[in-house]
Amino acid sequence: MTSMTPELNPKSSKAKARSPFQDSLRTFRKSKLAVIGTIIVVFFILLAIFGPLIAPQGINEQNFKLKLQSPSSEFWFGTDVFGRDIFSRVVLGSRLSLMVGFASVAISIIVGSILGILAGYYGRWVDTIISRFFDILLAFPSILLAIAIVTALGPSLFNALLAIAIVNVPNFGRLIRSKVLSIKEEEFITAAKAIGMKDSRILFTHVLPNSMTPIIVQGTLAIATAIIEAAALGFLGLGAQAPAPEWGKMLSDARVYLVNAPWTMIFPGLAIMLTVLGFNLMGDGLRDAFDPKMKN
Amino acid sequence: MLRYIGKRLLQLIPVLFGMTFIVFMIVRAIPGDPAKIILGQQATKEAVAALRDSLGLDNPWYIQYFHYLGQLLTGDLGQSIKTGEQVATEIFPYLAATIELAVVAMVIAIVVGVNAGIISAWFQNSWFDYTAMILALIGVSIPIFWLGLMGQWAFSVELGILPTSSRFNSRDPVEAITNFYLIDTLIAGRFDQFIDVVKHLILPATALATIPMAIIARMTRSTMLEVMRADYVRTARAKGQKMSLVVYKHSLKNAVIPVLTVIGLQTGLLLGGAILTETIFSWPGIGRYIYDAISSRDYPVIQSGILIVAFMFVMINLIVDLLYSIIDPRIKYD
Repeated sequence: MTSMTPELNPKSSKAKARSPFQDSLRTFRKSKLAVIGTIIVVFFILLAIFGPLIAPQGINEQNFKLKLQSPSSEFWFGTDVFGRDIFSRVVLGSRLSLMVGFASVAISIIVGSILGILAGYYGRWVDTIISRFFDILLAFPSILLAIAIVTALGPSLFNALLAIAIVNVPNFGRLIRSKVLSIKEEEFITAAKAIGMKDSRILFTHVLPNSMTPIIVQGTLAIATAIIEAAALGFLGLGAQAPAPEWGKMLSDARVYLVNAPWTMIFPGLAIMLTVLGFNLMGDGLRDAFDPKMKN
Repeated sequence: MLRYIGKRLLQLIPVLFGMTFIVFMIVRAIPGDPAKIILGQQATKEAVAALRDSLGLDNPWYIQYFHYLGQLLTGDLGQSIKTGEQVATEIFPYLAATIELAVVAMVIAIVVGVNAGIISAWFQNSWFDYTAMILALIGVSIPIFWLGLMGQWAFSVELGILPTSSRFNSRDPVEAITNFYLIDTLIAGRFDQFIDVVKHLILPATALATIPMAIIARMTRSTMLEVMRADYVRTARAKGQKMSLVVYKHSLKNAVIPVLTVIGLQTGLLLGGAILTETIFSWPGIGRYIYDAISSRDYPVIQSGILIVAFMFVMINLIVDLLYSIIDPRIKYD
């Protein structure tokens, strides 16, 4: 239409060149905070990938002669009670925190999507059962439920990851359920049904792709929460176990040296805060750009 | 309104049953034999078998679950393995300690958060606005256990102005009456002790308040920005009312709904966060109580502790929902 009547809208050729996706991308790029967040996230991802090349020492190279050294040109972040280089451990720890963040959110999204789609698409008793299940899980404070689950499964980083994933399932499940409910009423779904498309095909080719935006936005913010929760479980001794350089675990080990060696706890904490800040800023930016309705 | 309350309470019943079931299953899944833990390492096989029998541990799980439900309905929360005391009586001082901490934290979060949000909105794009909003962004990203540790380091170790941990000075213990020490010290007329209790509260309560404070500040700011552009606010200004009066009387009333929502949602985080805060500050609250029970495999305490916290969370959310309609009569329920 617009190409046929260009004189009516002089800007049309420019507007036509940009898809809604490109428009959103522009909004995202224009937001300073979103860009800062993305830079932080990319920085930590690179740190996680190239950690072994950057870290001057391994995760467990002990040297008791050099224990509890304050930060210096040799040990940027100082050393811990075993004489291990804290900088190396913080760098190598990025891998664990990001892994837990991404993997747990991926599990939550997969399980949440399946349950949410089933509930939203089939409705009736399927919806009642699944929705009540979500209500019950959401009735617990999330970290408390995660603690309980890890207690039952046994403390380890993997079980902490699973617990965090389980706790976050209802958040994604509800989101996708509501999305499915609104998409279900769209005309193209009715059309797809009319031409005899199978339910499963409708779900995977129409419903799921149309729910992607809120999932990505919510997922980015959920990674931030997952990283904090994993650190909290590690801090309580229910997550990663020694000698893993998990940031939360490093903090709990450092507590005893609060008076003599505060640097042992300053840097792992800063690392957690920065990573989480990065994902939060990026998630906020994605939401404002791609899904402004979600803002409230 | 009454019908709505009734409907909400009825809806709560399946959720509460589901909660008891999940907690029951999780606690059953914890590795280790409760009977062996109660009797200790030296117990004979016969003694363990006898205890398992009397505790009903050999029954199928559903019979155990219904037995447990029956106990719960009569108000029996079980008996602590470690201390031998009834959980229902033993838990009260811990609960009081957590409620005191959480209430003080929430008050700090609301007072600071709402005011920071208002000032930020009022002086939009000023240096105050930028600083407050950057701090709020950091606030939602900071792990509270780290913030607590840093607070201990800065204010207790380096500056020496606040106590590191616990609820009171152990050399001058507070006499427990209600177990809310802020109240107890006032009842006893011990103003010096009251100040001491306040000092003990500052660090843990501030750490716990950080996240809700940051979220409330951001919410208040964005709502105030919207409300301040509304027609009736402009009318009030045109009539010559002072800006401060307009903000606090007219606008704030309208900004209260989203803030209330945040408060409801944050209570869960607050109760969960209490476990971490209490661990760092040796605060004898419910979080610490549950955490210690996990370490010593004290099943009845784990079970009842988690249930009570979850129950509190559900009830607070219900109260928040009901408050909506009182504050904003436009919200109607069917």
